[in-house]
Amino acid sequence: MTPRAVITGVGVAAPSGVGAAAHWRTLLAGERRIGPITLFDPAGYATRLGGEVPGFAVASHVEGRLVVQTDRWTWLGFAAAQEALDDAAIDPATLDPYSMSVVLASSSGGNQFGQGELQRLWGRPDRTVGAYQSIAWFYAASVGQLSIKHQMKGPSSVLATESAGGLDSLAHAARAVRRGTRVVLAGGTEAPLGPYALACQQRSGWLSTQDDPALAYRPFDTAASGYVPGEGGAVLVVENLEHALGRGTPHIYAEILGWGASHDGEPTRRGGGGSAGQFARAMRLALDRAGLRPDDVDVVFPDAMGVPAYDTTEARALRQVFGAGGPAAVTTQKPLIGRLYQGGSALDAVTAALAMRAGVVPANAGLDRPAQECDLRFVPAATPSTTDVAMVNARGFDGFNTSLLLRRWQPAGGGAPMPAGQPVLAGQPVLAGQPVLAGQGER
Amino acid sequence: MTRSVAAGPRRTVVTGVGVVAPGGIGRKNFWSCLTEGRTATRRISLFDPSPFRSQSAAECDFDAELAGLSPRQRRRADRYVQFGLVCAAEALEDSGLDLDEKARERTGVAMGTAVGGTMALESEYVVASEHGRDWLVDPDCTTPFLYHALMPSSLAAELACRYGTHGPAQVVSTGCTSGIDAIGYAHHLIQDDEADVMIAGASDSPISPVTVASFDAIKATTPDNDDPAHASRPFDRDRHGFVLGEGAAVLVLEELGHAVRRGARIYCELAGYATRGNAYHMTGLRPDGAEMAVSIMDALDQARLNPSDVEYINAHGSGTRQNDRHETAAYKHALGSAAYQIPISSIKSMIGHSLGAIGALEMAACALAIDSGVIPPTANWENRDPECDLDYTPNVAREVAPRVALSVGSGFGGFQSAMVFSRLAEVGR
Repeated sequence: MTPRAVITGVGVAAPSGVGAAAHWRTLLAGERRIGPITLFDPAGYATRLGGEVPGFAVASHVEGRLVVQTDRWTWLGFAAAQEALDDAAIDPATLDPYSMSVVLASSSGGNQFGQGELQRLWGRPDRTVGAYQSIAWFYAASVGQLSIKHQMKGPSSVLATESAGGLDSLAHAARAVRRGTRVVLAGGTEAPLGPYALACQQRSGWLSTQDDPALAYRPFDTAASGYVPGEGGAVLVVENLEHALGRGTPHIYAEILGWGASHDGEPTRRGGGGSAGQFARAMRLALDRAGLRPDDVDVVFPDAMGVPAYDTTEARALRQVFGAGGPAAVTTQKPLIGRLYQGGSALDAVTAALAMRAGVVPANAGLDRPAQECDLRFVPAATPSTTDVAMVNARGFDGFNTSLLLRRWQPAGGGAPMPAGQPVLAGQPVLAGQPVLAGQGER
Repeated sequence: MTRSVAAGPRRTVVTGVGVVAPGGIGRKNFWSCLTEGRTATRRISLFDPSPFRSQSAAECDFDAELAGLSPRQRRRADRYVQFGLVCAAEALEDSGLDLDEKARERTGVAMGTAVGGTMALESEYVVASEHGRDWLVDPDCTTPFLYHALMPSSLAAELACRYGTHGPAQVVSTGCTSGIDAIGYAHHLIQDDEADVMIAGASDSPISPVTVASFDAIKATTPDNDDPAHASRPFDRDRHGFVLGEGAAVLVLEELGHAVRRGARIYCELAGYATRGNAYHMTGLRPDGAEMAVSIMDALDQARLNPSDVEYINAHGSGTRQNDRHETAAYKHALGSAAYQIPISSIKSMIGHSLGAIGALEMAACALAIDSGVIPPTANWENRDPECDLDYTPNVAREVAPRVALSVGSGFGGFQSAMVFSRLAEVGR
């Protein structure tokens, strides 16, 4: 029988916090974490807001020797990976190195490190870079470092499809499990808030230039004006089901049941919003693979670009798949924390997993008046409800569409050792059936 | 030993090959260069290399206009994307595929690149920062396609857009094994019924100051600037580092039944692919080659072949001290006594090491070796290294028609990948 891939650990290093518990608290409280960029002085930039990981203390997550050899993007990956392994109660030292691997998505690589070395190379007469440039900037740096740190020798990979990458990595982790790998670290982080990287992103024309964090990133709203970039993301433990049960895993959040990917097959024109038809097709492919119908989906975590044309095509794609009313529930928290590229889609998968576990769907953020065609069934306030099936969607520049389906884990033959409504993490109870904090402060 | 067309899991075959390489644009020129044992390594001409430790590289004599790219393609696509577009055109033409609307839904793209848009990111940075003066840079004077350069996914996107493909599109960026891993990724999608056809390969154009300086800093590239034509010396006793290269290759991969039904010309079957990590060091290699050996054994297992079935090994053979020793140990470990009987060659001796792209170029060489019955040599091999004591096919190509070819890759980050191609006797050519 084909091995089944389940999520047994979630790790977060994002503007919402380091650790799944902090992330979940931020979402339930509807706390907005985007704000003025402090990692450098953005005064001369059209975009001055970002989502930064608050108080990220690298020394607590990365040993000093490695700090100087790696970029901030890798530091965030180290933090998220450790959180995920701890959550899954996996000590890699106790497992066969060949049974574990790392499959992460990557976008701009170690760009702050890289800018420093470019500056040195071109700004000084000696025309040299440092010894670590060759291992810090390239897109495989985080996966290589994590495989060394955790002694994971199984089939690893690095995938790049911009923001869709987080979901592609989870799908590929499921493929790896089906081919025999037992434990896969999957997901991704991104650290795009450097002076040169931000300049590059501005060239896309999609970044919000607003200065009021409350107004800056408003997907599906009449006032949508682009997105606010953010750093960080999530790493998940994707594990062979039998292996997870065999070692007595503390929890199984969800099974990765379906995935689908498509490409628009044409460049997105300036002012265009991509192909609704191909985005819808990715969702249908995921449903087909999972053997599910649109009605089975309890909640959708959308891509939520916040660029009007993209929001419209996303809403259209959802209607093509789910019918005129759209999905039963749609919710995004990206306006609280920013668009973290591949880290953001991986983080949405974590949020879906946490929602299944807690029996609560967090409130949709950033929406006041839905734009024309965008009046979907957004979740107005954190709602106690059982999520059995969640769909997570993402698009990547230029034309990538990926959809991922997660199903809450329920052991066969009844019995429910892991029902909805359980505390997400020890000491962080979230009670179902009780009014939960609404998305306060949201417009 | 060669596999028959039988029912069972979905199988992947190669039905088209496209190449942009130093020493020759197009697969015919590429193959002539390799089988004649000509070296394409030379003093760097893309910029003035005199400030740098290593001043040699294998450059493509590539004219985007002559290669058929439109003015718009030339403007928006970085050099490495241009290489990819030209290769894809050649490979698709070679395959004879008719990509109608329905076929395009089942056609995907998987391309590897190690450093993606680095060349453009660097040249644009020089402008934006006023030669490294400003840390807070102004994007106004940069190319409107700067975001394309930042995102390595642009390579797959541009190919999917060019051919209107709607299947899964992906960039795989595992450093120097990107090419083999992208082709392996495509193979998995075909096996898993996620696509019938994959445009798969890799491209890199890393010959720019920042990448040259990066390898200088760790002394990975050759310091031999006096005789660039003979600077890449894989497996030779006097090897002293790799010679940077550039280029691309694209294979059209197809599900076997799909290819047979349309009467496609089949180069070979992609019979096995495996990758492992050494979890040891970002750039260092364990001398015993244990993890690469595991990859080789896994790939052969998938192909249901024994070590003695392998009739050609296209080596990683970068020409660094440690790599060639590591790789030789891995062959012995994985193949046992058969390792001493199998002709091995490193085409990096002629076309340099184009980082992520080289894996795809080496896969193209395997397909062409199986197809043409010739094994390219290892150029510049003169003196035996006691630690590298296998048959490296020195200097002269051999007329051997391999039924099974193995190729391996090894890269920064510890990636160790292997791929097995076999002739498809029953379908034939």
